[in-house]
Amino acid sequence: MKNKIIDLHNITVAFDGEKVLDGIDLSIEDGQFVTLLGPSGCGKTTTLRIIGGFISPDSGDVFFDGKRINDLPAYKRQVSTIFQRYALFPHLNVYDNIAFGLRVQKVPKNEIAERVAEVIKMVNLSGFEKRKIDSLSGGQQQRVAIARAIVTRPKVLLLDEPLAALDLKLRKDMQVELKNIQRQLGITFIFVTHDQEEALSMSDVVVVMDGGKIQQIGTPEDIYNEPVNAFVADFIGESNIVDGIMIEDNLVKFAGQKIRCVDKGFGKNEPVDVVIRPEDIDVVSPNESPLSGLVTAVTFKGVHFEAIVDVDNFKWMIQTTDMIKEGQEIGLLLNPDDMHVMRKSEYSGMFGDYSSFSDEMDYISDPDYVEDEESEEVAEAEE
Amino acid sequence: MVKNKKSFFVGSPYYIWMIIFIVVPMLMVAYYSFTDIDGNFTLENIKNLSEYADTFVLSIFLGAVATLICLIIAYPLAFMISRSKASTQKMMIMLVMLPMWMNLLLRTYSWMTIIEDTGIINSLLSKIGIGPFHMINTAGAVVLGMVYNFLPYMILPLYSAMTKIDKNVLEAAEDLGANMFQRVFKVIFPLSVPGVVSGITMVFVPSVSTFYISQKLGGTGYTLIGDVIDTQFLNSGRNMGATLSLVLMVLILLCMLLMNQFASNEEEAMLV
Ligand SMILES: Nc1ncnc2c1ncn2[C@@H]1O[C@H](COP(=O)(O)OP(=O)(O)OP(=O)(O)O)[C@@H](O)[C@H]1O
Ligand SMILES: [Mg+2]
Repeated sequence: MKNKIIDLHNITVAFDGEKVLDGIDLSIEDGQFVTLLGPSGCGKTTTLRIIGGFISPDSGDVFFDGKRINDLPAYKRQVSTIFQRYALFPHLNVYDNIAFGLRVQKVPKNEIAERVAEVIKMVNLSGFEKRKIDSLSGGQQQRVAIARAIVTRPKVLLLDEPLAALDLKLRKDMQVELKNIQRQLGITFIFVTHDQEEALSMSDVVVVMDGGKIQQIGTPEDIYNEPVNAFVADFIGESNIVDGIMIEDNLVKFAGQKIRCVDKGFGKNEPVDVVIRPEDIDVVSPNESPLSGLVTAVTFKGVHFEAIVDVDNFKWMIQTTDMIKEGQEIGLLLNPDDMHVMRKSEYSGMFGDYSSFSDEMDYISDPDYVEDEESEEVAEAEE
Repeated sequence: MVKNKKSFFVGSPYYIWMIIFIVVPMLMVAYYSFTDIDGNFTLENIKNLSEYADTFVLSIFLGAVATLICLIIAYPLAFMISRSKASTQKMMIMLVMLPMWMNLLLRTYSWMTIIEDTGIINSLLSKIGIGPFHMINTAGAVVLGMVYNFLPYMILPLYSAMTKIDKNVLEAAEDLGANMFQRVFKVIFPLSVPGVVSGITMVFVPSVSTFYISQKLGGTGYTLIGDVIDTQFLNSGRNMGATLSLVLMVLILLCMLLMNQFASNEEEAMLV
């Protein structure tokens, strides 16, 4: 067991009486790449600022390497931050920006020169030392921010959406570079993003947040394959989420079907949410599956097609490499491994149906529903 | 080309304005400086300048002291205002500007009644058995008048430079280990240099050339260059007064150039 470098205990923060963080418990092991993932306004930046020392929690404790640091000012913490909007010093050139931290810490001059040169090479900014900050591109400013933060050799680097302002290609390159830098330095990175793909591809641990609360902590695989509630399932990738009833271990009933699954440990006949990822659904001919419906929309996504299939007015999203067309009748085949059963939560019913919600859809929430053709308007597919 | 013509056309009222009210008066000042009362060319005025050397020195000295005091008072104040809540900022700036809406003569007169030998301060002090202190007609009184009258012109440019300093940049400095003093000297001050430069200009120039404040609060002992120019124009014709004005202008220009040179080292990598 590695030692815990950062430990947040029951952190609560309120601004103007409004709770922004609500009972955050988070342990971060030394050397990990941890990502805070969540929608805008969920409290990611606030969490980083608690760790950085820019705000102190209304209640709860912050530990660094086992020591309580609630009252330690930011400038004494062995933590560096890359700010959401870089916050470079406009009056200093690239070199002086990077050297700033070492100078205020009174590092000897020749050592400063050495260490700055080293990080400048690491972030590929050689030749830019004398450049003014406002003459740099966004990507270059980003690199200066990284160099400035790592040159002081912090134990923890906090990165607040460092890639958000970059275009897709540059973003991908920087993801790889950041990961490399983290491996080289061997320090803890706490990385904030609201891009789920970025979170999954870069992290050792993903922390999914919403509404000032941590929804789930786990490896990218755990988070993707075993989301704990409808919010996480929906936020991480695409998912179809339907109401079901857990008949017994390994048997779940939904959309009028009883289907084998691998989940267990629920109460008998407990109402549950069932997640099926679009890519796990096999396309078969309509008579080969109890679930069949009309393809109402097809989008070409490069590697695969993404289609909305209307099964008794519940819109499923599927991804397939098979050629399918709008207006085609197809069957959907689910394997036991492809389903994930979740306990009901406050998010149940809010996500995972690819159509606008309306009363017509209510019957799908009734697991005992037996097919019964009614003439109903077809709700429009969402997005 | 077409664009230039167009912008010249749009700008023409301003050019005409500038020619009539700036260029022509300057040329007239220069003309009077080098002529005698009959309009004949002469260098007599320039030769006579040496008589006023002491007055120039005194004016620049008192102006510089007043400017320095304004800077010392205004800098922390402007910083505090710029870091407070938006509503507080508005109110504080309002308070700073309020005295500016009152006439300069009135403000100076009121200081007279306050610091006179029989003024408000001394009569209050005499009630508790101290004093009287002689305050009016001293260099201190003149500087006080300058500071009081021109302080807002220091606060406002400092404040506006400081509100432009990104809060995140200060946090970044703190994050990198800079304590409060280091943040002030390595980030806040360099970033506020444009405000310091324009604040100094806006206080120093009117202080050096003031005449009213020195007359009312300095009596006869502290005649400044502005007072001399004033009496010259009123009593002895325009020529010597014009020469003094011209020299004052050149001196102020030199001071400003010097300071800009000084500041540009700080400002080296400053935006804009
Ligand atoms: N200084 C503040 N005063 C008042 N409210 C604040 C303050 N800072 C943050 N908030 C509020 O706290 C909530 C969380 O903000 P935070 O910046 O942590 O969100 P975030 O997850 O980083 O969002 P984003 O992805 O948009 O950056 C928001 O509703 C925000 O309006
Ligand atoms: Mg944020």
